[in-house]
Amino acid sequence: MANKTDKTAPREARSQIAEVWHQFRRNKGAMVGSVIVLLIVFIALFADVFLDYDTQVVGQNLADRLQWPSANHWFGTDELGRDIFFRVLYGARFSCSVGLVAVTIGLLIGVTLGAIAGFYGGVTEEVIMRSTDILSAVPNMLLAIVIVSVLGQSIWNLMLAVGITSVPQFVRITRAAVLTVRNQEYVEASKAIGLTNRKIIFKHILPNCLSPIIVQATLRVASAIISASSLSFLGLGVPAPSPEWGALLSGGRKYIRDYSYMTLFPGLAIMITVLALNMMGDGLRDSLDPKLKK
Amino acid sequence: MAVEKDTVLEVENLNVKFVLEEETVEAVNGVSLHIKKGETLGLVGETGAGKTTTALSILRLIDSPPGELTCDKLEVCGKDVLHMTTPELEHIRGSLVSMIFQDPMTSLNPVFTVGQQIAESLELHENLTKSQAWEKAEEMLELVGIPKERAIEYPHQFSGGMKQRVIIAIALACSPQLLIADEPTTALDVTIQAQILHLMRELKEKKNTSMILITHDLGIVAETCDRVAVMYAGKIIEEGNLDEVFNHTIHPYTEGLFNSLPNIKNRRSKLQPIHGLMPDPTNLPKGCAFAPRCNYATDACRERSPQMTEFGGTHRAACLAYENPGFHIERGKKNG
Amino acid sequence: MYRYIIKRLLLMIPVIIGVSFLIFVIMDMAPGDAVDLLAPEGATAEDLDVIRHELGLDQPVVVRYVKYMGGMLHGDLGISYVSKTDVFDTYIQKLPATITLSFASILVSVLLSVPLGIYAATRHGSIQDNISMILAMIGLSMPNFWLGLLLIIAFSLKLGWFPSGGDQTLSSLVLPAITIGTGLMATLTRTTRSSMLDVLKQEYLRTARAKGVPEKIVVTSHALRNALIPIITIIGTQLAGVLGGSVLTETVFAWPGVGRLIVDSLNMRDTPLVTGSIIMTTILLSIILLLVDLLYAAVDPRIKAQYITKKGRKKNGK
Repeated sequence: MANKTDKTAPREARSQIAEVWHQFRRNKGAMVGSVIVLLIVFIALFADVFLDYDTQVVGQNLADRLQWPSANHWFGTDELGRDIFFRVLYGARFSCSVGLVAVTIGLLIGVTLGAIAGFYGGVTEEVIMRSTDILSAVPNMLLAIVIVSVLGQSIWNLMLAVGITSVPQFVRITRAAVLTVRNQEYVEASKAIGLTNRKIIFKHILPNCLSPIIVQATLRVASAIISASSLSFLGLGVPAPSPEWGALLSGGRKYIRDYSYMTLFPGLAIMITVLALNMMGDGLRDSLDPKLKK
Repeated sequence: MAVEKDTVLEVENLNVKFVLEEETVEAVNGVSLHIKKGETLGLVGETGAGKTTTALSILRLIDSPPGELTCDKLEVCGKDVLHMTTPELEHIRGSLVSMIFQDPMTSLNPVFTVGQQIAESLELHENLTKSQAWEKAEEMLELVGIPKERAIEYPHQFSGGMKQRVIIAIALACSPQLLIADEPTTALDVTIQAQILHLMRELKEKKNTSMILITHDLGIVAETCDRVAVMYAGKIIEEGNLDEVFNHTIHPYTEGLFNSLPNIKNRRSKLQPIHGLMPDPTNLPKGCAFAPRCNYATDACRERSPQMTEFGGTHRAACLAYENPGFHIERGKKNG
Repeated sequence: MYRYIIKRLLLMIPVIIGVSFLIFVIMDMAPGDAVDLLAPEGATAEDLDVIRHELGLDQPVVVRYVKYMGGMLHGDLGISYVSKTDVFDTYIQKLPATITLSFASILVSVLLSVPLGIYAATRHGSIQDNISMILAMIGLSMPNFWLGLLLIIAFSLKLGWFPSGGDQTLSSLVLPAITIGTGLMATLTRTTRSSMLDVLKQEYLRTARAKGVPEKIVVTSHALRNALIPIITIIGTQLAGVLGGSVLTETVFAWPGVGRLIVDSLNMRDTPLVTGSIIMTTILLSIILLLVDLLYAAVDPRIKAQYITKKGRKKNGK
């Protein structure tokens, strides 16, 4: 019986994936969003191949300071003569890495806890859920601010702080999905043939909870990027002279009166990235929802 | 023909199509109905035959894209409904013609009390003040067998059967000339069913309301209706009074319906379902829509679409097999 | 009904304890402590230790937390290291500014989102619908501090219509309220639209139309009253969110509210003020969320019914 299930499962999964992809492709916004996301990831990955960090990104050139956008400097220069276009491009590395790592942290912790809570129930579930309630009772921004200012300013602490604030949502979503799946008959069947609990959780339950987790992860990367740039804006993120987008906005703020271009481009970068991720996440949500066929 | 004043509903050649992205659903194809004052017509047919669409068309409640309604005549109590403007339609809905729907569980608005929902109809159509309307709403509740103290309660506080009574109260509040009941008891338990039907009969007799009762249950038709019209694939294929259709059945489909009923007197007899399925309304066959499933189908049946022909009295049916003068279906052959 | 309220209030207590312990412990992990700030110039290490002992700062975390908790019950959240004023009083003083900003933002958001959401829902699938949704998405994706800066550039520096500083006049409220409101608007428009779409599918609307209720009233009364239920709870949740997250906007517009208080005191290592403010904010949020749940019950008769006591149920059920 178990073998039969194994044989048919991959075939079904393939056609399910094909179905999801088909739905996703029909959503123009989601496709555009995905392309933009891929582009930004590409920029992030290869920025330090195309740009020389020391001269182009952080190298000061006071003779060229505070210039409006021109053919030489597409986004203009900042108060230390650094080319803003290059800095914005390089900044993609921070946003992408913080976004991905933070959400990975949140996902690993959150999904594990949620799965345990949903599967075992009882006191374990109560303890985990109450702890989640406590963690989410503190406003996200405040919690992250506190963590970073206590642990010190560094990119790792930033990732940790943002990651921790992502945990509660993953716990809740995973637990809900596990609860729905747990009562299905094939779990009973798995238990009947003697699979260990751990195997049941990882092999049978989690794959079926994937959809809401994937959607949540995509959307959380978007909000992680906003959180990270917010923290950097407050001076609590990646330390100078790193060109993280929020930090660039914070720097530009001092010159807002006469050099407003400095606040335009980094913010635009954030917005485009987040918008693309949101459209992608929305598209995923729609195409993974079985009720919304055709 | 009946005197004009006596005719409550006249529908001639009603056609309703739903034009979707990839296909067109031909839901109703040339239906004609005539209902006199005080008369109850049973509209019978399987799911998908077009009964509900026909009923919604009378009140012009079909969603206009994608639905397209065409008709030679649509008159209620002599008023031309086909060409009415929206305000005029809103005026007659609920007052001249009322409709009740199949599922009582979802037909009531959860955030208004039952009293408010009845009173709204009265305020709209009878020009009463709020308090007058409320009083009358309470009377209507008593009429359908619900204590008037419950008028301030919300729908979720009532059982299915009681919800349906409330819906009947709403429908009859303004004493309509015609009540269209779309499978009003299908979603209810059998014992409650009997109560509701009894209630409807009582009220109908009291106010001499005409009624179209849509159902797939021939038993209900036998109990409550004066006349029957059998629908198949968007067409009426047989109609007449109870005696004519039940005892002198003409159309093979109607025969099939009667044969599908379990025979309580003869426990050993086998069920005789009609083989096959109703045709796809996006792809209706040429000729008679029932021909593919009909035991008596001739070549003519598959070529030409049958028209309604008289069979004596008020009995009419659309079946080409009767072009052969000696022909009759099995059922009622001995009775002739 | 009251039993439910009391139950919820009691459940809040462990959460408040948990949160305060969490914040207290985290803040405690910061390097350095009060003594470094409070000690006079030229004090030696031994002097610092003596002061530490006097203030009880050398005791284990849990002991200090329990003492702190005891103080909390009396409304005593300690004294600010920097300004030497009472933490509780300082917080309460700054709170009205944040509350004003929050309500103004919600107002902006609701006035724009609800009509737009209804409009999009009644034209489901059309171009207007799609455009509205895209606009909502854009609003959602803009970091609100960036929007604030852009608004300052456009309306304060270039056009001079509104001030960029937070002097709490009505005109200085406009830009920050729009900044926060825009982010809220995106979510609220989407929620309104999807709630309306769900309701517009319901059978009871067909009953209303069959009764002859004019279409406009079907939408604005029969449908909207049902659609509003989840919308109202989202608004309430957003209010809570704004109170907790106004930090950035208050920083951009120099608005003297609670968010700025926390950031400023963090920068100055004023631990009691930070800890006390965050705990106060969290308590405030929990109370608001409780009120939102109660509001939900008040507005939806079906939910209300679940909380009626047995006595009441016997009276109604037949």
